Amino acid sequence: MKGTLRLKTGLAEMLKGGVIMDVTTPEQAKIAENAGACSVMALERVPADIRAQGGVARMADPTVVKRIMDAVSIPVMAKARIGHFVEARILEALGVDYIDESEVLTPADDKHHIDKRAFTVPFVCGCRNLGEALRRIAEGAAMIRTKGEPGTGNVVEAVRHCRQVMDEIRILCALPEDEVANYAKNCGAPLEAALAVRRKGRLPVVNFAAGGIATPADAALMMHLGCDGVFVGSGIFKSDQPEKRARAIVQAVTNYKDYGVLAEISHDLGEAMSGLEISSIAPAERMQERGW
Amino acid sequence: MLTVGVLALQGAFREHAAAVRRVGARVRELRQRGHIDGIDALIIPGGESTTIGKLLVELDMLAPLKERLQAGMPAYGSCAGLILLCKTIENSDQPSLGALDASARRNAFGRQADSFEAPLSIPEIGDAPFPGVFIRAPVITRVGPQIRVLASVDGRAVAVRQGRTLATSFHPELTRDMRLHRYFIGMCGEQTSENL
Repeated sequence: MKGTLRLKTGLAEMLKGGVIMDVTTPEQAKIAENAGACSVMALERVPADIRAQGGVARMADPTVVKRIMDAVSIPVMAKARIGHFVEARILEALGVDYIDESEVLTPADDKHHIDKRAFTVPFVCGCRNLGEALRRIAEGAAMIRTKGEPGTGNVVEAVRHCRQVMDEIRILCALPEDEVANYAKNCGAPLEAALAVRRKGRLPVVNFAAGGIATPADAALMMHLGCDGVFVGSGIFKSDQPEKRARAIVQAVTNYKDYGVLAEISHDLGEAMSGLEISSIAPAERMQERGW
Repeated sequence: MLTVGVLALQGAFREHAAAVRRVGARVRELRQRGHIDGIDALIIPGGESTTIGKLLVELDMLAPLKERLQAGMPAYGSCAGLILLCKTIENSDQPSLGALDASARRNAFGRQADSFEAPLSIPEIGDAPFPGVFIRAPVITRVGPQIRVLASVDGRAVAVRQGRTLATSFHPELTRDMRLHRYFIGMCGEQTSENL
């Protein structure tokens, strides 16, 4: 049997404790693999450039995706626009290992997300709160990540989204049975998915941090907050010394509880990507607002 | 009580740790060199073998683990763990612990689209089929004389044992079937000479 939920969520389980890095070329993909990335995300422009250049951001050119798949032996992910199930089908036909239905790209549908259950390839989706996470899971997402605010190098939104999800999980799990349905309704969560969270005491799928992680300390912070691993988008290849920083972030995720190790690996990494204050981005320009 | 060191650098170590506790052994997560002393057995989880291999080297854990394995410490590896236990890894220069006289081929069934579930016959642990979960799974392509093949898929070895070292291409830790973990803990108590 292929394409089962266990195989989809299972691959995400294997990525835990790891770092998934955005790459735009086969060369960058090799650097990421050599630095210890557990997977790479193939895309045409990193979020910082999408933000700076504007215009419509779409699925990457299949040629680029293919070349990246050929360059590395680790799993390759790629992004499709929210609701754009044809982009997703094309990526599936290319043979990518995971699809990110991502707010980093310009949404293709202003009401509906992709029906991810219909695919063999697994999907990861972003969320800012429990309701959003559970709607995506009900649609078939096999992995969840925080949205954060991509391309900013500012971790504050990822922290906010992670704490929000964890907080709502704690409340949901503590509620008496007869208040669950109303709580689920109020946070926009399908009841079945909310009940699954109560049974497990956590999200039923792996949950990564994403959106603004730029340093080993940022990555370790997200692990402390309860994330299972991290995505680093612009943070690596927009920094001074991508390879060294990538290696340090990989180590930080493994040894996030050891501050001696974190101090050691945070030395001499050169300049991090230049960051953006969230309040300087108009609400309509914030990528985290995309998704329904 | 037996203390099983579960390599916790990256991957599905949480699931292995839970399975080990369920079959009645103590767990220690291994993230640094200093954690290795005092463990009685080793489990290497599924995950990304290149990532785990690099971290083993960078954290100075490869040599001490190799030494313990050479001295006869029992070990079990699933998926990436199988790759790291094999003496040779095809088309790759990634580090290995070399406890199994065998060669591994990574992603032997293909990419994620070719990941599959299939019931497996493993006579060693009983008649009932074992739920095989294969995710971008490796296979063993060459086996040394001391290796016993415990299960195969289409004639390709997916579960092997050499002395007190066990390896599977698939992920028992993602299922509720505890027989392979129980089997491994049983192996740990056996005398080495009997198994050779």
